[in-house]
Amino acid sequence: MSIPLSWYLILAAALFCIGLFGVLSRKNAIAILLGVELMLNAVNINLVAFWRYLDPVQVAGQVFAIIVFAVAAAEVAVGLALIISIYRRRNTVVADEVDLMKW
Amino acid sequence: MSTETIIWVLPLPPLLAFFLIVLFTNKYKALSHSIAVGAAGLSWLGSMVVFIRALGVHEFGKEVFESTVNWLPTGSSWFQIGVRIDPLSAVTLFFVAWTVLMIFIYSIGYHNFGQPKGDHDHAGLPPHGATLADEKGHKHTVLSIEPMYSRFFAFIGLFAFGMFTLVVSNNLLTMFVGWEVMGLCSYLLIGFWYGKESARNAAIKAFITTRVGDVFMLLGVAWLYSYTGTLNFREIFRPEILEAMGNTMAFPALAMRFPALYPFLSSFSVAGAIGILLFIGTVGKSAQWPLHVWLPDAMEGPTPVSAMIHAATMVSAGVYAALRMFPLLHADQSGDALTIVAFIGAFTAIFAATIAVAQNDIKRVLAYSTISQLGFMIAALGVGAYVAAAFHLVTHAFFKALLFLGSGSVIHGMEHGVLHTGDHSVDPQNMFNMGGLRKKMPITFWTFLIGGFALSGFPVLTAGFWSKDEILADAFGHGHLAVFITLAVAAFLTAFYTMRQITLTFLGEPRTKESEHAHETPWTMTVPLIILAVFAVGYGWVGMSEHLTGGLVPNWFHEFVGGTLAEVPEAAPFSIIPLLTSLFVALGGLFFGWLAYRKVESPAQDKLQIPVLKNKWYFDELYNFLFIRPAYWISEQFTYKFMDSTVIDGILHTVGRAALGLGHGLRNYFDKPVINEFIGDGTGNLVKKAGGGLRRIQVGRVQAYMVASMVVVIIVAVAYYLLVM
Repeated sequence: MSIPLSWYLILAAALFCIGLFGVLSRKNAIAILLGVELMLNAVNINLVAFWRYLDPVQVAGQVFAIIVFAVAAAEVAVGLALIISIYRRRNTVVADEVDLMKW
Repeated sequence: MSTETIIWVLPLPPLLAFFLIVLFTNKYKALSHSIAVGAAGLSWLGSMVVFIRALGVHEFGKEVFESTVNWLPTGSSWFQIGVRIDPLSAVTLFFVAWTVLMIFIYSIGYHNFGQPKGDHDHAGLPPHGATLADEKGHKHTVLSIEPMYSRFFAFIGLFAFGMFTLVVSNNLLTMFVGWEVMGLCSYLLIGFWYGKESARNAAIKAFITTRVGDVFMLLGVAWLYSYTGTLNFREIFRPEILEAMGNTMAFPALAMRFPALYPFLSSFSVAGAIGILLFIGTVGKSAQWPLHVWLPDAMEGPTPVSAMIHAATMVSAGVYAALRMFPLLHADQSGDALTIVAFIGAFTAIFAATIAVAQNDIKRVLAYSTISQLGFMIAALGVGAYVAAAFHLVTHAFFKALLFLGSGSVIHGMEHGVLHTGDHSVDPQNMFNMGGLRKKMPITFWTFLIGGFALSGFPVLTAGFWSKDEILADAFGHGHLAVFITLAVAAFLTAFYTMRQITLTFLGEPRTKESEHAHETPWTMTVPLIILAVFAVGYGWVGMSEHLTGGLVPNWFHEFVGGTLAEVPEAAPFSIIPLLTSLFVALGGLFFGWLAYRKVESPAQDKLQIPVLKNKWYFDELYNFLFIRPAYWISEQFTYKFMDSTVIDGILHTVGRAALGLGHGLRNYFDKPVINEFIGDGTGNLVKKAGGGLRRIQVGRVQAYMVASMVVVIIVAVAYYLLVM
């Protein structure tokens, strides 16, 4: 028999937690961005898994996954552009050192 | 139209003319005077129709024209106003209509209609004359048109309305309204040339002096109304009401309070007290002593105004009102009221006559003469000679209007002379600047002579003789010897100063260049003179004493006017003494007047320029001392310094200081601590401190925010799970 849905969901949750941990713990801004990507892909796994197990006739799940890819790509492009811009000005990519908004 | 309707609408045309001129036609001089004269003509026509219809009624005194309407609701009944023409008002209406119309027409000429505009004339000042150049380039000065021409006609229109209203009223209220309208117009017209200070002062003097009388009159009206509940003449003069008023004490409470004064106070009956109060109104209006001072000063107005106010209408209105109130005065049981009236009249008659002797201004002589003649009428009333007073009222109105208009004509002619010579220092009203005008102004001379002879009581021919003789006969016949003698002396003086005036003005040779160049006035001025002269002679014939004519001609006036009263007064028994007296005083006065002044050239040669007479017995100075200076003193010391500066300003300052203190208190103890510091600054500080505290959570590390938001999400999720699931 095939693999049950819960396994996929556990995988996705694990991947999401790894991404979240990366986002919260890493000092490097690029690493934070990588964490975000992991979280997005965890979501994608969920979307595709739900589509396959619950409603394989419709294409909506796949469409959502593709939209998330596109958004992730755009987000990475913008995020990297911001990081490069910050690096040029402050000569750092460490998130803690970018503290202009601090009181 | 029914007679009553005519009487109702009779006073209205002049009022309409007033509004038309004031509102619309002020700019158009010819239109304005046409409207005014037309209106006076309509009223004249109405008056004549009413008069003629009144003549046609047999025993008119018992069947008068009367009509009333409900006006004001007073509780369950109505206050009624209405019109009434009885024999007295019919003859009054007759002379008022004639003189008013004549004066309106005369005013056209007097105010130089048709003449060019003056070179430097201003509204509020008499015209100064205009310079004209003829074809040869020769310049000469002519009279110029009055700058406020239309305004004058508007005012005299309103004035005529007041007089007609007064005459046709059947009650004291509308009569008083007409009375006051005339008071206002008198003020406006005396002050017509308001650019002159003397005219302004004279206007104020006239208004205030007559006001003194009017206040008492109003008191009398109010008392009468509260006593009888009506102001209608017919109601008031019912025999039973008159008798009740005549027998009731006027001041019972006062007499009880002061027993010492009881005999004095108890002699006043209600009828007498009210009658005297109303009579004080007459004293003011007819310029009787002691309220006579305004009338001579009123000569500041244009001459038609002098004729209108001081001869034909307003002063006559005073006597007319006194005649109307005669039954009331007569009802006084003690007779004191009539004695007071007789005294005031006789005293005024002689008092004013003595002043007139020493006046040099042609109009002032006539002014004092008017006061004196009004005194004759009042004295006649006081001795009970009701008809004689009414008769003299009518004849006097005609010949005095004639004399005033004649003097205006003389002044006008003299102004012509003044403009010709260009010497403006010559007073065109001073009789010593005249002389010999009979040749220059023949129509004026002859008419003035007729008027003057009528005033003097020239025997048989003139109206003044018949009316004055009747007064003297009545005074003698009713046993009032003191009044008779006083009036006889006054009549002598009257003839004397009249002849003095005629002699100085018209006879002899011209004393100045100005009088040499005097000029007869235009027809608009001379025609009224001629018409009035006809009445000054002819009107006397309707009231010829039957004793003198031997009963050939009935004394129509006596029969007619006497019917106004419930009981027709008896004509005084015939006596030769008053007749001889009036013959002597008239002819003697005229003769001595001519004898004394035929050769007088200047005031220095005039032996009668006695200071006390010249200064009018110092009454102006006396009143100045008694009333005007104290009034100024009171207004300065009490009203201004005490009342205004101390009391009122003190109250205001106290209020101001209190408000200031309150403001300070509020500012220091409420606004600053509560509003500013607690609410205003407190809110700011609170927000600032809250912000200062809260800012510490803004650590600036993006991951710290994320942790915080994750914690919050977890908490919310757990809480949601626990609470909802």
